[in-house]
Amino acid sequence: MSRRYDSRTTIFSPEGRLYQVEYAMEAIGNAGSAIGILSKDGVVLVGEKKVTSKLLQTSTSTEKMYKIDDHLACAVAGIMSDANILINTARIQAQRYTFSYQEPMPVEQLVQSLCDTKQGYTQFGGLRPFGVSFLFAGWDKNYGFQLYMSDPSGNYAGWKAGAIGANNQAAQSMLKQDYKDEITREEAVQLALKVLSKTMDSTSLTSEKLELAEVFLSPSGNVKYQVCSPDALSKLLVKFGLTQPAAETS
Amino acid sequence: MECVFGLVGDGFVIVASDTSAVNSILVHKTNEDKIMKLDSHKFVAASGESGDRVQFTEYIQKNVALYQFRNGIPLTTAAAANFTRGELATALRKNPYMVNILLAGHDKETGPSLYYIDYIATLHKVDKGAFGYGSFFCLSLMDRHYHSGMSVEEAIELVDKCIKEIQSRLVVAPPNFVIKIVDRDGAREYAWRESVKDTPTAQPEALGV
Repeated sequence: MSRRYDSRTTIFSPEGRLYQVEYAMEAIGNAGSAIGILSKDGVVLVGEKKVTSKLLQTSTSTEKMYKIDDHLACAVAGIMSDANILINTARIQAQRYTFSYQEPMPVEQLVQSLCDTKQGYTQFGGLRPFGVSFLFAGWDKNYGFQLYMSDPSGNYAGWKAGAIGANNQAAQSMLKQDYKDEITREEAVQLALKVLSKTMDSTSLTSEKLELAEVFLSPSGNVKYQVCSPDALSKLLVKFGLTQPAAETS
Repeated sequence: MECVFGLVGDGFVIVASDTSAVNSILVHKTNEDKIMKLDSHKFVAASGESGDRVQFTEYIQKNVALYQFRNGIPLTTAAAANFTRGELATALRKNPYMVNILLAGHDKETGPSLYYIDYIATLHKVDKGAFGYGSFFCLSLMDRHYHSGMSVEEAIELVDKCIKEIQSRLVVAPPNFVIKIVDRDGAREYAWRESVKDTPTAQPEALGV
């Protein structure tokens, strides 16, 4: 029955669903997960690196976190080749805005422009939607620190804490339980790592399987995007007691 | 001939402009307002070819409004000035607008600011600026009498000095001026300086309608 409707992205099924969009979301459910937490003094992004073959050469320090502009970064879950296209357009948009106004682009505007692109692919002719979910972490002078989550349909919303990718529902409910307003950045890092350690499939949590990035204000008042080095991440894992095998029984 | 000038004071910006609509040797009217309100806290005072002036300032005004509708936040004065400059620069290589602009605004974070933008898309942040024939007198007067942190009274006194000098030294001096102010409470008209008034048009009753 559904065969008549799911081969095209642009057509509703009789139940009022867009199958291709739902399949795209399904695809993201298998991807490595990412968690974002908004805190008083910054935004924290943690990601799970899925592929860790011994032979794979990791050329860059991050494969899930991308800096879009000085004040804005994102974490990705889904098809990386699709994500690269969207990240490229996001970077172009951000620079174009700076060119026009000589000011950094407000975070929500960038998220919106990217989601407009995503939405376009659920409506216009014969193309498949982008199989990507994003977590955007950023700061702007109007609304301070912000965290946004977007999905393949082009929907987005601002969140205090969010999860995308594999096991995102479990992660989301844990975040809902443990998140407190007035959380500090350090506590947010701890919470994000704890939640990820419990929702990840692998038994031992190591710095090779993780990525941690933060957006915060430096003492001089400038926005800073900082990726945690593997060494520092290992130390954090020990500090929070997440490396002992006993700690990650789910 | 045209005189547009402005200066930044303590927490406010004042812009003044002549109000003559002129074609060749003919004065069409003397109450043409050349200072347009961009949004609640911004003014553009423009001089130049009158058709271009109206077309371009309205275009900027509508784009600033569109930005605010789309994004729910207003553009800062600096962003609006850079946007205006960009539009002028793009037009410059196609069908240039003959307009010179003083853009005045007040922002919560940065306070009052004044931007000088000429028809070849030069952008400067200034404390005082002027365009037109009147600028020969205004600029030197402001060089002599301007100081930072002026009060409204001091600034108005200086503006009046400029107007007086223009009207006593410029052959083609315009008769009337309008003065506007923008501060944290918004952009508004401050006063007119009129030496002639247009004769009032006949009332409908007088025409027997």
